[in-house]
Amino acid sequence: MSVDETTVRRIAHLARIAVTDEEVGPLQGELNAILAFVEQLGAVDVAGVEPMTSVTPMRMKKREDVVTAGGRAADIVANAPETEDNYFLVPKVVE
Amino acid sequence: MTALNELTLAEARDGLKAKDFSAREIAQAHLDAIEKAQALNAYIVATPDRALKMAEVSDEKIAKGEARPLEGLPLGIKDLFATQGVHTTAGSKILEGFEPHYESNVSTQLWRDGAVMLGKLNLDEFAMGSSNETSAYGKTISPWRRQENGTFSDAPLVPGGSSGGSAAAVAAHLCLGATATDTGGSIRQPAAFTGTVGIKPTYGRCSRWGIIAFASSLDQAGPIARTVQDCAILLGSMAGHDPRDTTSVDMPVPDFEAAISRGVKGLTIGIPREYRVEGMPAEIQRLWDQGAEWLKEAGATVREISLPHTQYALPAYYIVAPAEASSNLARYDGVRYGLRVPGRDIAGMYENTRAAGFGREVKRRIMIGTYVLSAGYYDAYYVRAQKIRTLIKRDFEAAYASGIDAILTPATPSAAFGVGEMASADPVEMYLNDVFTVTVNMAGLPGIAVPAGLDAQGLPLGLQLIGRPFDEETLFAAAQVVENAAGRISLPKAWWA
Repeated sequence: MSVDETTVRRIAHLARIAVTDEEVGPLQGELNAILAFVEQLGAVDVAGVEPMTSVTPMRMKKREDVVTAGGRAADIVANAPETEDNYFLVPKVVE
Repeated sequence: MTALNELTLAEARDGLKAKDFSAREIAQAHLDAIEKAQALNAYIVATPDRALKMAEVSDEKIAKGEARPLEGLPLGIKDLFATQGVHTTAGSKILEGFEPHYESNVSTQLWRDGAVMLGKLNLDEFAMGSSNETSAYGKTISPWRRQENGTFSDAPLVPGGSSGGSAAAVAAHLCLGATATDTGGSIRQPAAFTGTVGIKPTYGRCSRWGIIAFASSLDQAGPIARTVQDCAILLGSMAGHDPRDTTSVDMPVPDFEAAISRGVKGLTIGIPREYRVEGMPAEIQRLWDQGAEWLKEAGATVREISLPHTQYALPAYYIVAPAEASSNLARYDGVRYGLRVPGRDIAGMYENTRAAGFGREVKRRIMIGTYVLSAGYYDAYYVRAQKIRTLIKRDFEAAYASGIDAILTPATPSAAFGVGEMASADPVEMYLNDVFTVTVNMAGLPGIAVPAGLDAQGLPLGLQLIGRPFDEETLFAAAQVVENAAGRISLPKAWWA
């Protein structure tokens, strides 16, 4: 499978990465090189094989349903580009 | 007397205990060495004040006879580990200004055991790369140089990646040991390129809490150091259960250091025939044969084995790793930390922030990941790759079930290459660096790279040993045999100082 320019732009948008017109061509070439490389996986017989979900056999750990952290709002927003009263500020989303 | 920064970690530990020198002296020796080694660009930031303060505490502990296991030993930390109050970048512009208010679990355990932090080490951006050329903070340069007819070339070489800063700093005596991480070979490939020892433990051995995520089902932390023993000492402190990482295993941490003297008598070492790849340099084949010979002389049985799905590991990795990365890196949106570039609306802000903040390799991998996870392609790519991962793991399980204790392979398909040499290559050529290491991540197994010799140009070459799950001890034992036979590989000269 290979991607065309429209698909490159669509993927970039899905990934929320702005791309310039000049970037689309080279990206298309690079993505297609990678897709051509992984094409060989089509030759493997995977009938009846379970997809891996956990690389080491382990049961999902459970813990008591109790509060273990919190009360650190100031720490959490400390690195944000824009904040007000321990809230993250973003451009207006709803008109 | 050996300069304090040229001691091994084990020697430094003994010297501190015997009060031959102080923690402050050995910290200062390293800080001076770092200062002189700017040309290597191994550290993104050095933390001299913190180092000296921690060393002072260590000297007090030693004076009171309360020395902890790593008391006063100066280490470098890969800048993928969150360090409280110290700029943590992942080698990316998108984390500009990020100062975590928390400390990674692995580094917390190192400080708990008395180690001293020298600073944060350079890496490929978000640990994506095999040459440390994708860092937003500049390339790290290897302390090694090619030799031709007895003279050193001036051409700079890469230290490998993604833990290039860790490997270069350890090789150039800018720390006694360093933390690193390995998603497809990022500990073992740079260790091999720089003549250092690096171990990627079994998935789950070290907590991933506080390590900036790349591909969560593959990422694992481990040490790089100058000897097998030093790696064993460091892993003992880095490993252990952490309830904050549900994939961290609740198992006791063995005495890794004690394992190095076990030898390999009675062990069976597998040589996988599928690793004899086309176009492999004769020097690598010779090194591999030599390694097998050394293990045999030490009492191991060496047997050829087959891991039939080996060739599919790298392509499957280039689906699984970017897929997980595209999901993990979705968090860099200009809202909670790091860079923000305004846009006409919130989506525009996300798109502009990520366009300006991520480098080329990272963007490419996010986009591949987004594509293979997108509607209509998920089964054809991601699910198929995860099935192939099951097959790769079964290959190893079959080998171990047939009586194999560890597997010997080359660590890399070549010695270190020159800075910029791969710039014109398509991305896949760079990815081929990981052809021998990536299988280990796909199967969640432990793997160690140990220096085994020099190539015709005087550059280090490494061998890799792959173990059973949670049997790092056998790897340390076998790697020690290789190290004893090969002799310590050390730098011919410090051209940068």
